[in-house]
Amino acid sequence: MNIRILKDKIAGRTMLVLTLVSILLAVLVAWGLFYRSLPLLENYSLTDLLTSSAWKPEKGEFGFLGFIMGTLWVTAIAIILALPLCLLVSIYLSEYAHPRLRKLIVPVVDLLSGIPPVLFGVWGVLFIIPLIQDHIAPSFVDNSAGYSVLAGGIVLAIMIFPLLITLFLEVFSTVPRDMLNASLSLGATPWQTVKKVLLKKAMPGMIASTVLAISRAFGETIAVLMVCGGNVPGIPHSVFDSGYPLPVLIANNFGETFSVPLYDSALLFAALLLFVIIFIFNAVSRIILARVKRKIE
Amino acid sequence: MTFETPHIRVQDLNLYYGANHALKNISIDIPDKKVTSFIGPSGCGKTTLLKTFNRLHDSSLEVKVEGKVLLDGEDIYAKGVDVTAIRKKMGLLSQRPFPLPMSIYDNIAYGPRIHGERDRHKLDHLVEQYLKDVALWDEVKDRLKAPASRLSIGQQQRLCLARGLAVEPEIILGDEPTSALDPVSTQKIEELFLQLKEKYTIVLVTHILRQARRVSDYCAFVYMGEIVEFAPTEQLLLDPKEKLTKDYVRGFLS
Amino acid sequence: MKVKGRNIEERFFKILMIISALIVVGSFFLIVGTIVVKGAPAMSWDLITKVPSGGFFLGGEGGVLNAIIGSFYIAAGSSLLALLISLPVVIYINTYLRKRSWLGNLTRMGYDVLFGIPSIVYGAFGFTLMMYLGMRASLLGGIIAVTLLVIPIMIRTMDEVIRTVPNELYEATFSLGATRLETAWVILKQVAPGIMTAILLAFGRGIGDVASVMFTAGFSDNIPTSMEDPTATLPLAIFNQLSSPYEGVRAKAYASALILTIFVLIISVLARLLSKKFSKNKV
Ligand SMILES: Nc1ncnc2c1ncn2[C@@H]1O[C@H](COP(=O)(O)OP(=O)(O)OP(=O)(O)O)[C@@H](O)[C@H]1O
Ligand SMILES: [Mg+2]
Repeated sequence: MNIRILKDKIAGRTMLVLTLVSILLAVLVAWGLFYRSLPLLENYSLTDLLTSSAWKPEKGEFGFLGFIMGTLWVTAIAIILALPLCLLVSIYLSEYAHPRLRKLIVPVVDLLSGIPPVLFGVWGVLFIIPLIQDHIAPSFVDNSAGYSVLAGGIVLAIMIFPLLITLFLEVFSTVPRDMLNASLSLGATPWQTVKKVLLKKAMPGMIASTVLAISRAFGETIAVLMVCGGNVPGIPHSVFDSGYPLPVLIANNFGETFSVPLYDSALLFAALLLFVIIFIFNAVSRIILARVKRKIE
Repeated sequence: MTFETPHIRVQDLNLYYGANHALKNISIDIPDKKVTSFIGPSGCGKTTLLKTFNRLHDSSLEVKVEGKVLLDGEDIYAKGVDVTAIRKKMGLLSQRPFPLPMSIYDNIAYGPRIHGERDRHKLDHLVEQYLKDVALWDEVKDRLKAPASRLSIGQQQRLCLARGLAVEPEIILGDEPTSALDPVSTQKIEELFLQLKEKYTIVLVTHILRQARRVSDYCAFVYMGEIVEFAPTEQLLLDPKEKLTKDYVRGFLS
Repeated sequence: MKVKGRNIEERFFKILMIISALIVVGSFFLIVGTIVVKGAPAMSWDLITKVPSGGFFLGGEGGVLNAIIGSFYIAAGSSLLALLISLPVVIYINTYLRKRSWLGNLTRMGYDVLFGIPSIVYGAFGFTLMMYLGMRASLLGGIIAVTLLVIPIMIRTMDEVIRTVPNELYEATFSLGATRLETAWVILKQVAPGIMTAILLAFGRGIGDVASVMFTAGFSDNIPTSMEDPTATLPLAIFNQLSSPYEGVRAKAYASALILTIFVLIISVLARLLSKKFSKNKV
């Protein structure tokens, strides 16, 4: 056999193995986390873990509800703030803005996506916290230190701007121009066309994009840790309460308190929880997005 | 060739796609209640010209339009013109049918609704009337709530025609409206055009010279962004004056 | 009347859109601006040329050179390691597999999903893995965790770039009798700037991430001299300084944040310039 062909074959096999192994990484991560959470899962029922908010590891109480609620609050605030904004910006960029303006805005969105989480945290501490403490909170509650789920939500919202805008633009670009033109030629205004045709046609892709953004917000750790002020686990009751989301739980305690029995197992269970939820969200929305794109080709 | 009171009068129209000069010094009169066809090789600018009539280039901002398009004597590119009112006067049929992402019923009702019609009975009535006008009623009357995308391509194109008629236009613009259709559907559309020219001014882009001959009263030959010749259809196809037209027409008709 | 109403609606939403665009663009400049304004006054040569002296976090002398170098080691090491794994995968799914083969699609889908997994999960998993292997928090540990994090970024970016190569180029090289491996080289040369972009994006992510290195790399006041040394990283240094009760130390956090901002902006701009060639039809 020709040496070139042999080289080609060997390289191919090697790369195939590498591809398969690397894909198995996901399985490995899931299995690793699951294996380490097993001790906890063997001692407590899943429902108890997820529905109790009592968190006293020294006494053997592991209730995750407070952390789950913290995550949900922060994520909900972030999505409520970011979704309408990003939707409007994406519509503006794809339907209204002059190409030259688009070429100015899109790179800024790109640069925003390159800013590391810790810098968002620093900015949150410097800007958002005082803003909430001195200007927003006083009109609603008696005293707030500023460190709150609201601060986390605002910072997270900005962090997911780039993701949402990029995905929305991609989804919008799959709607055929001629379909929009058909609506325009009937005398519809651009906004009517956006409302009745563009958004309608893009709906599945937009939902998938939003789910993707939600899962991004779920997992964000350091920025949220810096501005949410969560030191004591508990369920937040207002946007000015401090929050203690799941990723912060892991970041704050991992690697230190392993002398408490089952503590490490509990933290890895938190990681597993994040992994599973985000994995499912991502898989579902990526499949929908891939479908949406394939229809166009 | 000029007309006393043309429905559309184009004067010294130039259009640029960035640096690409796609329409060059176009001047033409489109007569009222007649079928005018545009023929010419692919890429010569037929679609581009048609889109200037209802300002569809507005949404693509790299496009620059110079010159005038007079609709009943009024320049549609003048400042302060209500674009949607102009578009309402023209129904567009594109190369491939693009039903809107909604039901058959809602596709027809879309235009009237946008222009303020809310009365259900009136809408029902309009939908029925226009579906009958395009001979689609019998085929779809039992599934008006079904998504329009489930119709066959030929049915979709007739639906798009009905959708356009439902906003009560004065002009129908057809951009090779039969190019994606089978012969039977094509024939149906052509028959519709012949009926519709009683009430509407029709502009038809086509690359089928026989279709131009069957359907249109006047015909313009477009080449490289210019109108080479404009004449009554029979004359242009059988006895062209310009050499370019002759070459093009012979190539097809000989 | 109706028409007038919808024109008002049209204008209303257009104004809303412009306001939203201003907010989004403004937020970037606000973030960078805040960090510059707060960080610049505390900036000093010492900060970038010295390692912390005793009691740094209590307001002592010194700088964050250890963290800057540590971050570069980790980002460079993990980018290199990730490239060694990603490149063959991308070559395989693009030249060896047919378009739309199920394995190719599965791989792409897999990395799309892995791309969404947060870094804290990779950090926690990485630490668990290290404990299993009997390793301590170290430069190598950090590199491994960050590698896990950036492989999906690299593969997705490179794959997107390689897919812009027209089919004709494959056909042309194949019809000259080239093997798939040889064809891959031709393709890679064609998209070399895109590969650079992927490396830069991975590097940028690696230099800025905290959650993945928090437990895996550890922290140290010294510049690491071997793979087993615990290693400080710039983002973690910022985080630690910021939690200090001393105003002077917090000021150093702002200055360090400014340093990190400058690094990531340079990397982002470079990556964008290089990728311009491939993003003509994409926004
Ligand atoms: N959006 C666009 N941007 C840039 N150039 C364009 C655009 N649309 C069309 N063109 C160019 O303008 C010229 C005229 O195109 P047009 O679509 O009007 O041709 P046509 O006569 O309709 O052709 P066909 O018979 O193939 O439909 C062509 O050279 C085309 O490449
Ligand atoms: Mg055309």
